[in-house]
Amino acid sequence: MVQEQSQVISVSEVARNTYVLRFHSPRIARSVLAGQFVNIAVADDCDPLLRRPFSIYRAHGDTCEIIFNVVGKGTLALQKKSSRDVVNVLGPLGTPYSLESEGFMTAVLVGGGLGVAPLPLSTLILRNKGKELVTILGARSSEYLVEQHLENVHVSTDDGTKGMKGTAVDLLASLLPTQRWKSPKIFACGPTGMLRALGKFAVDRNIPCEVSLEGPMACGFGICQGCPVELVDGRSRYALMCKDGPVFDIRRISL
Amino acid sequence: MTKTSFSIGGVQFPNRVLVASGTFGYGDECSSLVDVNKLGAIITKSLSMNPREGNPPTRIVETPSGMLNSIGLANIGVERFITEKLPFLETIQCPVIVNIAASTVDEYCAVLDVLEEHSRFDGYEINVSCPNVKEGGLSFGTDRVMTAEITRRLRPRTKRPLIMKLTPNVAFISEFARAVEAEGADAISAVNTLIGMAVDVQKRKPVLSTVTGGLSGPAIKPVALAKVYEASRAVKIPVIGIGGIRTATDAIEFLMVGATAVQVGTMNFVDPSAGVTIAEGIQAFCEEHGIPDTGDLVGSLDARVDSSVLTSWL
Repeated sequence: MVQEQSQVISVSEVARNTYVLRFHSPRIARSVLAGQFVNIAVADDCDPLLRRPFSIYRAHGDTCEIIFNVVGKGTLALQKKSSRDVVNVLGPLGTPYSLESEGFMTAVLVGGGLGVAPLPLSTLILRNKGKELVTILGARSSEYLVEQHLENVHVSTDDGTKGMKGTAVDLLASLLPTQRWKSPKIFACGPTGMLRALGKFAVDRNIPCEVSLEGPMACGFGICQGCPVELVDGRSRYALMCKDGPVFDIRRISL
Repeated sequence: MTKTSFSIGGVQFPNRVLVASGTFGYGDECSSLVDVNKLGAIITKSLSMNPREGNPPTRIVETPSGMLNSIGLANIGVERFITEKLPFLETIQCPVIVNIAASTVDEYCAVLDVLEEHSRFDGYEINVSCPNVKEGGLSFGTDRVMTAEITRRLRPRTKRPLIMKLTPNVAFISEFARAVEAEGADAISAVNTLIGMAVDVQKRKPVLSTVTGGLSGPAIKPVALAKVYEASRAVKIPVIGIGGIRTATDAIEFLMVGATAVQVGTMNFVDPSAGVTIAEGIQAFCEEHGIPDTGDLVGSLDARVDSSVLTSWL
């Protein structure tokens, strides 16, 4: 975990209301693992006050990228950044996907909406590990889809404007019987409703599944205790999304 | 070179900027980002006798220039604190004040007794002002007799500094300040968070699971300054000012209205090195103004009417 003053390189629109911010951050770029995030101070004054957390979308050389929708004050401020700006970045934070595990041969990456965020970095790592890769994306409609930097992509849209009409979980359910995935494991990110449905799907079929959660947090590394995630069993009732997560084995948590 | 150190109850602090309970963990979490030895002191997350899980989500929400929290005193309990956190605290030089929270007077005493067996701790801050728990917390902190009783029971159990952390959610904080001073408290911390609320209009629901929570951050600074001004004029013991301190200027305002020291809270979530930056800023201010001791700022407010205008807000 480091705190860096990072030069913004670019902000570009990659889909409807969807932006990629690229920044110079050598120490984070070189140490980040897929599924980890950064917490970015978007303003120098106290408006907005708290940092905003974002999954690392891509990391190459000395630069990192995050991807975001403009949904409020913090993301609007980020969208307006340019190469004249510097942002203070804290990271890499959190527990990554266990992509290094030998316990699977086919990685099924599932991204709902902006849940695509941790998938390109995951793809890069999985490719280097020589794993089989399948990517399943779901979006509201085709204009929201972000399909770059992924492999073997299947898409679904809520309105049917591209790919299968339905959710990412519907698409996964339709693909599963037709594919011969050897020893699959699901790595997912997306809205809570989708993760809940996906979790049920995976547990029912005994497919291991790790999900990356999103939620409000302040510090991003465990001191504020502001981001509890309810655990199914274990010694504690809650884990912290920022530190114990954002990636969890779906069987550990109650969504 | 400006003198920055000061003492409370016989304990020497290297400077007047401490980190507030609940905003710096148990000290070890931030050590990779900031040199904790440059802090005036670390005040730990509130500790209770047994571990506490804390409140259900949602626990935090940002509000204009501030945040609401309802953590519910989630903590690892005093026993685990001793086994897991004390070893790190033994390796650092800055003073460590342990914050204690409890739901009964006996529990406060029991936690303090456990801590008394360890020489590393420099003092205790007693949380009688958490707004987010059902028992203890504010039900103690808004009751002057109860606040005095807790102080009276704890005082004979330790020779170390006993600092009572007061709530702003009362009409007159000065009455509470006098009450704890009369029972032998060495200092007062003021203020804990203000009760606040946020609403999600789409869902017609409160944002926080406990409906109300504690407001902190720059939004509360003017309220905190007024409370510190009131409390420090009512008692002779030191008042440690807390509430929305973001910059050295903010901290100097607290010192001028009567705070002997300050605590940085919410800003640690944004920048864990804020406390160190602020301590350095106070020193720089003193050097710039030829002030030999940061203590010369304490209570130095010139309260005479001045009709000229402060322009920095324009």
